[in-house]
Amino acid sequence: MRPRSWRRLTRRAGLNLLGLLVALITLFPIFWMVSTAFKPDTEWYTLTPHPLPSHPTLSNFGAVIDGSVIGLPYWNFLKNSLFVTLVAVFASSLIALLAAIALARFRFRFRTTYLIMLLIVQMLPQQALVIALFIDYRSWNLLDSLVGLILVYTTFALPVTIWMLRNFVAAVPRELEEAAAIDGAGPMRVFWRILLPLVAPGLVATSVFAFIFAYNEFIFALTFLGTDTAKFTLPIYVQYFYGRNGADWGAIMAASTLFTIPALAFFLLIRHRLAGGLVAGAVKA
Amino acid sequence: MAVRAGRWVRRHRVAPYLLLLPSLALVAVLILWPTVQIGTFSFQNYGLDQLVGASPTQWVGFANYSQILHDPEFWLSLKLSVLSAAAMVPLTLVVGTLVGLLLARLGRKMAAFVSSVAMLAWATPAVSASVIFVWLATPDGGVVDWFLTKVPHWLGGGAHWAGFSWTNAALPAYTLATALVVWTSFPFIAVSVLAGLRTIPDELFDSARVDGAGPWQVFWRVTYPVMRPIFQVLFLLSVIWDFGVFTQVYIIIGELGQRDEYNLGIYEYSTAFQTPPAYGLASALAFVLTLILLIITVGYVRASVREGALL
Repeated sequence: MRPRSWRRLTRRAGLNLLGLLVALITLFPIFWMVSTAFKPDTEWYTLTPHPLPSHPTLSNFGAVIDGSVIGLPYWNFLKNSLFVTLVAVFASSLIALLAAIALARFRFRFRTTYLIMLLIVQMLPQQALVIALFIDYRSWNLLDSLVGLILVYTTFALPVTIWMLRNFVAAVPRELEEAAAIDGAGPMRVFWRILLPLVAPGLVATSVFAFIFAYNEFIFALTFLGTDTAKFTLPIYVQYFYGRNGADWGAIMAASTLFTIPALAFFLLIRHRLAGGLVAGAVKA
Repeated sequence: MAVRAGRWVRRHRVAPYLLLLPSLALVAVLILWPTVQIGTFSFQNYGLDQLVGASPTQWVGFANYSQILHDPEFWLSLKLSVLSAAAMVPLTLVVGTLVGLLLARLGRKMAAFVSSVAMLAWATPAVSASVIFVWLATPDGGVVDWFLTKVPHWLGGGAHWAGFSWTNAALPAYTLATALVVWTSFPFIAVSVLAGLRTIPDELFDSARVDGAGPWQVFWRVTYPVMRPIFQVLFLLSVIWDFGVFTQVYIIIGELGQRDEYNLGIYEYSTAFQTPPAYGLASALAFVLTLILLIITVGYVRASVREGALL
């Protein structure tokens, strides 16, 4: 083998090794969570940590699922989280799509003002707003209510969602809509038959962001749900579970695994469409 | 009727405003109005009595603000917020950029693999990630302390790390929080840097290399200047996120127990929600926090405008 291509080969191998190292280090905390969740209590604290459980057990998951700690099974909290997240994602996507159409298809007064307002609003710290929202929610009877959470999640997902969707709508060629309109299609028909199918990949990309935000949100849920354990969403449940069982790391990691895995699975499932969507969104018309 | 309404909409060009109405209503009621309220409360003696209506709210002028300025706990929390952001932001940017540069040099499949794994860290919920990191760094039986006892002495390792608590004092707690924040946020930086690198024509790098530039020079003379707007936006976003970091610190310091480990956001939150609640004072703290973030945001908006995002 000639030295030149030899050098190239070692360089390639070195880079791949480095990439593998980055992947391993990044994956380690998630791996350790899952591994601990399967370990019996005798294996949590050992002088030399073992990467894999030597006697894998499902008892940690059992404790989480039958709810022996809080008195309510895991499903209760999964149900709360999914309800809040899915409704918020659907509502914010729909409302953001309307706004995105206005911002991408029309020229009107305050258009730029609105865009800049969204950009600034998106940066306001939630731990500041939560004080006023707590007081408002108290007088509107929205504390301890999943509907109250849905309203907040829908609203706080809007700025990013509108900004992203705006690019997707702008990327749809206006000629398509005009051609359909000339053929006699009304605005509603143009929306359902032309715009919506073409913007669909963008909706997928933005809904991922709304999903991750709503599924993971902590501060509002912590403040609004207070002590009503039955209404807890998964993030508050995991934190509460952790606070209650200081040393029961197997069960804590099992609860955390059951909270994390759906999010990661959803993310992996949608990743290819997401990459395509993000690229399409970045390429501005 | 419907036809006539449609005509009215078209003639008066109200269609865009109608389309914006739902989003504007929600944002106005649940974001803009609370912001105004925070400003108002910060000049009032709003507490528990005022919340339940037992006594009326009174205007107190700048009393809440002057109380903050004379409050050592406020200055400590501000210091912790500033210092932790000063550690988190550069570390996240450097690690993210290095991984982004590495991704650009990997083969297609390897790059896709590494970036998806990295994005898993990004997609991990903050609560889970925090609980995991506390477990990794737990004083009895945690992997971090075990690893540090195995690190050779000249690298700072050794037996004294056995049983070291990462959550009992501010410095170790924020070191752990920094590791956690870097782990969660570097993938976003890496992927953004990779996307930026792909827009730079290869000829630019080739000609720099032909001219004898090493990797260090290529980065500072070619990559950085071309991608400057992207780095600017990433920098400002990181500052905003890391200065306002809440969930991770809340869980690492063990809820609201250790007052000397509060950052600004947590100090403000505990002032509002720990008994006795002082909503007025907390609103003043929230206003200070918001003001700092708004000043950074103005920089972010200007950078975005310069990039042409508003066109």
